[in-house]
Parts: sequence; structure tokens; C-alpha cells
Amino acid sequence: MSAHAPKKQAFVRELLGRSDYAIIGEIVEPGSRVLDLGCGEGELLQWLAANKGVDGRGVEIDGARVQRAIARGVSVFQSDIDEGLADYPDGAFDYVILSQTLQETRHPRQVLREMLRVGRRGIVAFPNFGHWRVRASMLVSGRAPRTKLFPYEWYESPNIHFLTVHDFEALASVERMAVERRYFLAGNRKVTLLPNLLAEVAIYLVRR
Amino acid sequence: MIVEAHVARFDSISLDNGATLGPIEIAYETYGQLNEARSNAILTLHAFSGDAHAAGISHETGKPGWWDNMIGPGKAFDTNKYFVICANVLGGCRGTTGPSSINPETGCPYAMAFPVITIGDMVRAQKMLIDSLGIRRLLAVTGGSMGGMQALEWAVSYPDRVVAAIPIATTTRHSAQQIAFNEVGRQAIMADPDWNEGNYYGRNPPARGLAVARMVGHITYMSDDSMREKFGRRLRGKENFGFGFDVDFEVESYLRYRGSQFVNRFDANSYLYITKAMDYFDLTNGHGSLATALEPAEARFLVISFSSDWLYPSYQSQETVRALRSRNCDVAYVELQSNYGHDSFLVDIAEQSDLVRGFLSSTFEKLA
Repeated sequence: MSAHAPKKQAFVRELLGRSDYAIIGEIVEPGSRVLDLGCGEGELLQWLAANKGVDGRGVEIDGARVQRAIARGVSVFQSDIDEGLADYPDGAFDYVILSQTLQETRHPRQVLREMLRVGRRGIVAFPNFGHWRVRASMLVSGRAPRTKLFPYEWYESPNIHFLTVHDFEALASVERMAVERRYFLAGNRKVTLLPNLLAEVAIYLVRR
Repeated sequence: MIVEAHVARFDSISLDNGATLGPIEIAYETYGQLNEARSNAILTLHAFSGDAHAAGISHETGKPGWWDNMIGPGKAFDTNKYFVICANVLGGCRGTTGPSSINPETGCPYAMAFPVITIGDMVRAQKMLIDSLGIRRLLAVTGGSMGGMQALEWAVSYPDRVVAAIPIATTTRHSAQQIAFNEVGRQAIMADPDWNEGNYYGRNPPARGLAVARMVGHITYMSDDSMREKFGRRLRGKENFGFGFDVDFEVESYLRYRGSQFVNRFDANSYLYITKAMDYFDLTNGHGSLATALEPAEARFLVISFSSDWLYPSYQSQETVRALRSRNCDVAYVELQSNYGHDSFLVDIAEQSDLVRGFLSSTFEKLA
């Protein structure tokens, strides 16, 4: 048993079937105000409200998902993330969450700026395009990579801006975002070594 | 569910135009039971031509209420759980004091001596009713169209009395187009010689004018798609054109029928007064911006619009939502896909029901 102890520590239990949600659920302080951008059907917000007592709001473009989110009692409004933040006053939220959404926005840099205008902190989770499988897939097939993380044909993919761990670090530095915490996941395990090569998903806690 | 109408009486009400009106009567119905904590009351607010009979089967007429598909046991506004109230608006003609009521000073109907009323006045009258029922705080105020305006007015005028507001297919102020359609309706009534400056009680009412006004209204409540689906270019009971001005098309027949039916249940002067109240409605009035106007609101909001509603287009609901968001209010919003135009909130209710049910129960749970 003891031989497995360090491995066990690195294991991330899933929340609502997702390991990145588990990290986000860990980061968010109880009772805080949370905005989830691209919140889907509001599962994470519902969990945060029930388990952390957060006051949550969501933005989602897909009408059917918005309906299901509202029906489960989450305050979600239907809007494009690229446009949906402008109305909020500065510092309206403690956390703004971009969970696997950034790569789908048209103007990610602008979204990040807006995120840190309306939120004191941002939580950004994204699939790492630098993962070795992505690289291998492209190297071997010579075609746009298709992996577990990027399962779509290029013409069907909702992802329009691909980024790696290094890319995010570089933009964070240019944008003078302070990275408070960073987490790297491969499946349900935390990655500590060579995250740009080994992490499937990266989660950053950032602030201005 | 057989329901009976009730009437509440009040000595007087102060109006936005500075006048005092009294005594007044308010016709209302209730469904379900008020709980011990008096925390489960929902006020539903009817649209322009609606009345207090929102749900169940009327004891008097045997007819279902205008939102019977939304209110009742197990329905979106679940009367096993909530106590639902609906009252006819001030200025109306369905039991609440309006221009067709007897003016105590003359012993004759008010007609045009009735003061011009506002959405704010309607809401003030409703508040008197709610007070008299011993309800301190409403779990929700809700309605579509003009009912939505009243819901918004409630949330702003009596913020500590409203936990949640569900304005549907509505606006914070009438646009030029909305005022224009109302003005066509009013002009149709006033151009009818039978209108007689509003003094037609005990004589022939301005039936033709009122019917034309209603025909215009019905067009604005539908959509191009729903009219194509419902009528197309189908002819009414004939193979070929009649080469005259009798009814040729189904759509003509429908509008004439709706117009003539309306005359039996609606007072032409009420049409004038209520449409004017809608046209005057502007939450921003005296506040500069909508965000400032909405500042007092504390309620949780669920705003719903419909894709094919061109009378109260989604952009108006979105303006409301954006202003609420800029005040950091708790607001949920969705545009539902529907072909039925403005009428969607009355007829296309499957998705609307899911939204309302979930929103209400989470609001009710948070309260407890």
C-alpha cells in the first residue's frame, strides 16, 4: 500500500464525471459569487450552489442547454460569451470560470481581459494541444490531429483556437495575469513533470 | 377545478395622473391554498384583453381560464404547492372598476370621465388587494405581454414584496411600433359613429370599430409562419374567388369571427384606456437609464422571449436582461423557439412550463 501512496495523492476524484470539475470545486471558496462562462446545462453551478453555497450565474449560447439549466434552478442567460460580459460591472464576481470554453471563443484574449474585469479571479481549464498524443497524431497522419481530447474532424470542431500549456503561460505573461495556481491532469492523475507534453487538461487560477 | 370569482372593494385609489378614484372594485380568483407561512403566493397578471379567470373552469361561464395550461395541480404553477391569484386590471371591463362602471357622482357609467390610468395604477390596485389578503411577500409575480409589464413594475415599485419576477414576451417600454398598432385600434373605435364620444352605454356599442381594432390586434399576435400554417391562401367555403368583398379567404373569415366575438366580451372604452396605459408604460421615465430604473429591484428574474414574436421582439427582453445584469441582479433568460408569434406565451407552453417549474421550485427552496 505504502508504495502506492504518492500515486494516490496524485489521483483526482471526478466531480460530475469530470476531473477538471473536481479541481474547480476544490478551488472555489464557499459562499463566493461565481460566473460560469459556457456553463452548458449548469451542472457545475448547481453542484457549487448545493455544496459550496455559492451564488452562481451562467452564460450559455445553446438555447436547449439554457432551458435545462434554468429548469434545474440555475440562473443562466442565453448569450454569446464574446459579447455576454460587457454589461457586468467591474468586480461583480469572486470567480469567473472558463471550463473548456476558451478554445471555442472567437476572441479569447478579449474574453480573458473581460473575465478579469468582472471577476476578481479567473479559473481557466483547457485541453492542452501540446500533449504528446496530439503531436504524434499530427506527425504520423499528417492531418489535423484527432485524439480523445480533440475528437472532432477539423470541419466539425467547436474548437477554433488551439492552445498549449506554454501558449497560455506566454499569454498570461503578456497580459500581466498573475498565475496563483496551476494544475495539470492526465485522465484522473495530476501531472508534475513536463506538463506541456504530458498534461491533457490544464487548469489555471489567475488574477490581475 | 371549478373556480369562483371574488370581488374586493376599496374606498379609493390615488392615481399617477394626480386624481383619486373611488370607490373601486377588484375582481379576482384564487387557486390552491395559502400556506401557513404565507410564503407560497404567486400573482399572475393578465395581458391586454385577459381577465381574472386565469385557471380552472369558471363557475359562471363553464369556460377554462386564459392560462389554464400553466396553472393547476401538477402544472408549471402547481396549485398543489402554490397559492395563485389573478385579478382583472384597473380600467378593465371584467369585474374591476373601469370606464363602463357606474360613476357614483352621476349614477351613470364613467365613459370618458374615467381618469386615464397607467400600468403603475394597475399595480397599485393589485397591491391593495394583496395587502387585503394578508400577504406580505409574493413568491412570484408573472405575466406575458402587458402582464409582464406589471410584473416588472411590481419588482421596481414594491421590491420588498416580490421574491421573484417572471416577465414573459414583454418590454420595459412600448416602442413606436407598439404604440402605432394601439393607435390604429383606438382610431378604429373612435371613428365608429356608435362610439359617440364614449357615450354608448345603454345603446349600440361601437361594434364595428372595436372589431376592426381586434382584427389588427390578432394579426400582431400571430406570425407570418403561424398564419401561413393556419390559413395559407385557402378559400373559405368556395372553390373560386367571389369577385366581391365578402369573405374569400380563411384568414378573413377568422379575423372577422375573432373581431365579432370580442365585441361580446370587451368594452370599447376599456380598449382605449388600457392601450393608453400600455403606451405610457416606460420604466425609464424620470430615471435616465433602464439600469437606474431597475436599481430598486431585488427580485430574482426569469425573463422569457419567443423567436417569432415580432410585436414584443426578443431584443426588448434582452435590453431588460442586460440592464438587470449591469445591476448584478440574479437573472435567467432564454429565447424559446416558437412559430406562434406573440401568442406563444399562451399556446406554446411545454418548454415554458419546464422553465417556470424549475425556476419557481429553486426559488421556493432558497426561501425555506
